[in-house]
Amino acid sequence: MLDVLVDGLSWLALVAGSFVVVVGALGLVRMPDVFTRMHAGGMIDTLGAALIFLGLILQAGLSLVALKLVVLFALFFITSPVATHALARAALYAGVEPKLAEDRDIEHVPADYPVGLFSRDKS
Amino acid sequence: MFSVAAIAVLVALGLALARALLGPTVFDRVLAANAVGTLAILLLAVFGFLTGRPEFLDIGITYALLNLIGTLAVLKFWRYGDLSGSGDEDEADA
Repeated sequence: MLDVLVDGLSWLALVAGSFVVVVGALGLVRMPDVFTRMHAGGMIDTLGAALIFLGLILQAGLSLVALKLVVLFALFFITSPVATHALARAALYAGVEPKLAEDRDIEHVPADYPVGLFSRDKS
Repeated sequence: MFSVAAIAVLVALGLALARALLGPTVFDRVLAANAVGTLAILLLAVFGFLTGRPEFLDIGITYALLNLIGTLAVLKFWRYGDLSGSGDEDEADA
């Protein structure tokens, strides 16, 4: 009974993780600029990896393999934000400008669209 | 079911590779390279379970460490022009 439950939970986590990983990669291709792509890439590193590792840990049970998976997950959780932060700072320093609402070539901006919230000059 | 996760990771790898090839700036390429590294580790872990040899995880841990160092090295090179700088010029123009 418990075996079936753990197995089901593990499959659920694996499938959910696969979904998140594919969505993150899709965002990596579809997003408009570096900073938004970073956001999509962060999903692969955190939620996608966490769910897949959770599924694998449930399959491994209490063993050395599970411990290695936990170590790998902890490593991901520490290094991924560091890499993303360094990337954002390096991109800003190099003069890559984030795409703002006013840069988008939309023909009909709704009158109540909060462009001012996202504009470059804080007026 | 492990194969579902493996296929999903492979699809994601293809998409990340597309971004690495398309990426207009070097930072897009670094981001894609970082994602490819992450996905490679996930693929290693899942593939180890798929073939019943979870020993692949050791390679995954090594890969994770190398991935971070590689990303930071490339970023530092693109920011300061070389890898030996202390980063002191950061405060000067911040």
